[in-house]
Amino acid sequence: MGAHAHHHEESFVSKYVFSQDHKMISKQFLVTAIVMGIVAVMLSVFFRLQLGWPGQSFAVLETFLGKWAPGGVLDRNAYLALVTIHGTIMVFFVLTGGLSGTFSNLLIPLQIGARDMASGFLNMLSYWFFFFSSVIMLFSLFVEGGAASGGWTVYPPLSALPQAMPGSGMGMTLWLISMVLFVVSSLLGGLNYIVTIINLRTKGMKMTRLPLTIWAFFVTAILGVLSFPVLVSAVVLLLMDRSMGTAFYLSDIHIGGEALDVTGGSPILYQHLFWFLGHPEVYIVLLPALGISSEVIATNARKPIFGYKAMIGSILGIGFLSFIVWGHHMFVTGMNPFIGSVFVFTTLLIAIPSAVKAFNYLTTLWKGNIRFTPAMLFSVGLVSTFVTGGLTGIILADSALDVNVHDTYFVVAHFHIVMGMSAIFGMLAGIYHWFPKMFGRMMNTKLGFAHFWITLVSGYGVFFPMHFVGIAGAPRRYYDYSEFPFLDAVMDLQPLISTFAIIGAVGQVFFLFNFFHSIFRGQMAVENPWGSNTLEWTTPVQHVHGNWPGALPEVHRWAYDYSNPAHEADFVPQTVAALPGEHIH
Amino acid sequence: MNGGLFLLFMGLFYAGVIWSFVTYGDYLPPSASLHGEAVDQLMNFNLLIITAVFFLVNTLLFWFAAKYYHRKDRKAKFFAHDNRLELVWTVIPSIVLAVIIAYGLKTWNDMTGEASDDAIRIELYSKQFDWTARYPGADGEFGLSNFNLITAENPLGLVTSAGVDAMLVQLDSTIAAAESELAHEKGHLLDERKAVVEELHGGAHGDHGADHALSAERKALLETRLKELDAMLASDRVVVLSDAAYEAKEEKLDNLLRHRQRVAEIKSFRYEGGQSAWEAGFDDQIVKGEFHLPVGKEVEFVFRSRDVIHSAYMPHFRAQMNTVPGVPTRFKFTPTITTDSMRTILDNPEFDYVLLCNKVCGAAHFNMQMKVIVESEADYQVWLAGQQTFIPKDEPAADTTAAPVDTAAATAPAAPTAARKPARSNSPKITASL
Repeated sequence: MGAHAHHHEESFVSKYVFSQDHKMISKQFLVTAIVMGIVAVMLSVFFRLQLGWPGQSFAVLETFLGKWAPGGVLDRNAYLALVTIHGTIMVFFVLTGGLSGTFSNLLIPLQIGARDMASGFLNMLSYWFFFFSSVIMLFSLFVEGGAASGGWTVYPPLSALPQAMPGSGMGMTLWLISMVLFVVSSLLGGLNYIVTIINLRTKGMKMTRLPLTIWAFFVTAILGVLSFPVLVSAVVLLLMDRSMGTAFYLSDIHIGGEALDVTGGSPILYQHLFWFLGHPEVYIVLLPALGISSEVIATNARKPIFGYKAMIGSILGIGFLSFIVWGHHMFVTGMNPFIGSVFVFTTLLIAIPSAVKAFNYLTTLWKGNIRFTPAMLFSVGLVSTFVTGGLTGIILADSALDVNVHDTYFVVAHFHIVMGMSAIFGMLAGIYHWFPKMFGRMMNTKLGFAHFWITLVSGYGVFFPMHFVGIAGAPRRYYDYSEFPFLDAVMDLQPLISTFAIIGAVGQVFFLFNFFHSIFRGQMAVENPWGSNTLEWTTPVQHVHGNWPGALPEVHRWAYDYSNPAHEADFVPQTVAALPGEHIH
Repeated sequence: MNGGLFLLFMGLFYAGVIWSFVTYGDYLPPSASLHGEAVDQLMNFNLLIITAVFFLVNTLLFWFAAKYYHRKDRKAKFFAHDNRLELVWTVIPSIVLAVIIAYGLKTWNDMTGEASDDAIRIELYSKQFDWTARYPGADGEFGLSNFNLITAENPLGLVTSAGVDAMLVQLDSTIAAAESELAHEKGHLLDERKAVVEELHGGAHGDHGADHALSAERKALLETRLKELDAMLASDRVVVLSDAAYEAKEEKLDNLLRHRQRVAEIKSFRYEGGQSAWEAGFDDQIVKGEFHLPVGKEVEFVFRSRDVIHSAYMPHFRAQMNTVPGVPTRFKFTPTITTDSMRTILDNPEFDYVLLCNKVCGAAHFNMQMKVIVESEADYQVWLAGQQTFIPKDEPAADTTAAPVDTAAATAPAAPTAARKPARSNSPKITASL
């Protein structure tokens, strides 16, 4: 901006930078998450090169990583740093901040008929905490010793002792600080979402008329508000162990030729605290994606979502159960086997509401009139991956079986199919579906198709074979497997996996180009491009502050009157009053 | 087009899934442990169910996606809910899961129960980046260990009187050296010298008044100290340290003093079983590189870790347990197939069982391994007899006389402990502290 634009600066800043408008904040979250996602995907390609072709020299590695890849061969410590930051960014910055931050912000006011969030100011703060948290996380890649390297779960004592590995130095401190800021962002956002949904629904918008997206965001926010503070406790205690000489997580340690002056702590305490957040976190990631796909599938199958109340019930059931299953991450920590049994039981219970959801999706498609938009393709992909990835959870929840596949590639396959595919598919479906609402333009459909098919094929190509690598006994987070001849045969799969990973990563260019090009050059959108029932499609294409230029809309029916035989059109917006004699939901 | 692509994708996907099941489905050899056979059966049962559901749901999904493709002249069926149908797919998964849970928990309970009294007990000890195994020796009891006593010669920190004394001596000399280094810091010496000189001469000049005259005693003391300081400053031990380095060394000295205190405390604790608990370690056998197990005999492992969390993973035995600093853990299994037999089964003369680290622990995590040999009881006994004891057998007297124990126990150390049931815990039970 030159002097010419100077007198516009304040309005530019308040409109695009320190905006308190939920629609703009949603776009800020989305663009930040996309940038973080690009970084995380690149990191994964770098370490997949090492895993696919161990010890081979790749010029690209030296170009990007410099002294971390001397001669184009990835350094052993750098490998662990890449794995750690890839996981951290994907789980927290893309799938938590990015997914909830984008779609809860965009859709909650628009779909419940509110002018904005309950507190625009807190909403703005939420984004800026997220932004600085992201900046610090990225910055940690460049400090001496490298970024945090103990895996995204950063278990102490490894993460508590700078003498244990280079990544446990400054990089680890920054990781912890970044995470505290992230949690502040998440709490500010979550409280706002909950308050807004409870208080600001428009006339007629009963809880039982809410679109499933809103139900999913609602339960997600509650999970976050209840569980993220526990992560802060875990993280702050770890910071104190690192720098103030406390011993919450440390005891009986002899390292670097020195008996440390710490006794009485327990490393297992950290794991309990971490996973008390960590497991609800899985659903904080997944529920919004399921909410989005419910909406997209109903709209594009031109059918009511099957079993609306059962869908709400299963969201609530999954949300509740997610708080009492964290111990299944800890079957081999030496916890009492009886406690393990309890966690086996509660964990496997989650399969029931999950099964209900899967079958309800199928029934929604059955005898539908399915329109394949890119969003719909990703939603169908989500159902497939949700089922495929969820089923292997049954194996991992069974403690007797977990013993032998714990921390192997089997686990990597499981949670990547659920989070890396299913949740990401939900996020992509949301972007394609609500892009017209966000930017007033359409994304290119053909590029969207190409993006979907490349992503689906390469995603399964990467993660499905990993089941077999894991069952054969290959641990995760190994830099090189050649020291173990018994794994030689199954390691044939590694180059195949890496090839798919590269194809999948390059395939995202279709999306990135489509996304950024369409913001400026896409075809202009109409008010309700998908023939949807929900309220956001009654707002003008050009955003206005307060969402509706006139009075707030009034709601007369649920969100899923698609192909209702009492009406001629195959959709009936929520604002349409009941016909004479019509029984209304 | 996309509907058809879903069918095409389904075909290719299923082909890939079946190909990988056929090609890679059985790369982990049959279980070499007793509980592992039950685990494998449970795994096959679960895999069967989830594979069936996987094919069922994905087929329906892709088939529906292809079949109900959009047509302008058609309207979708308005089908919002059906309680009976929903009940069916709530109840059926519940029943299947009940079976899975019951079967799983039965297997879990069987494999996690108490080890039998005659089980062999082996300690596996982890550190960055290797494993050490310890056998309890003839008395069947592990000697006490304490991380404060770890040295290059005593990698597990076994507690013996001689070891404690030697550690105290070593710490004393390290502490003395550290104190001496700090005492010879040039800046601090010069500061002190300046203060001494000022006090000596300040009194003479009468700056502080006549009543401040130094007593003869004080003067002599200062003069002696001045000579000492000059001698120290002239010596070649004088060092120059930055403030930060000085503080770091002070902190290190503090740590050493506390380390010494912790070692001294080991002596004053009274352990269950008295001093004999210390002697239990004399005949412990510590082995590296590979460890041996007899076939068909239950083994109870006790896991400890020196630095960070590691995980003892023995995939061929379907066994895994984390090793946690400060928190001993355990796992038991019964090996059923000797290394030789497994080589025959796999038609691979090179095959060896292996213990891997399966919890990320640092740069060399990927190569932290130990070979496991399963052999006949007779071969095992021969191998075990060839392993050195912690206190070599030909010089037991030297150590036992150093230990403050009564002579009856010292002359026959195995007698009192052999009569007892092997202790379940290897961590000291402190009954009272004097």
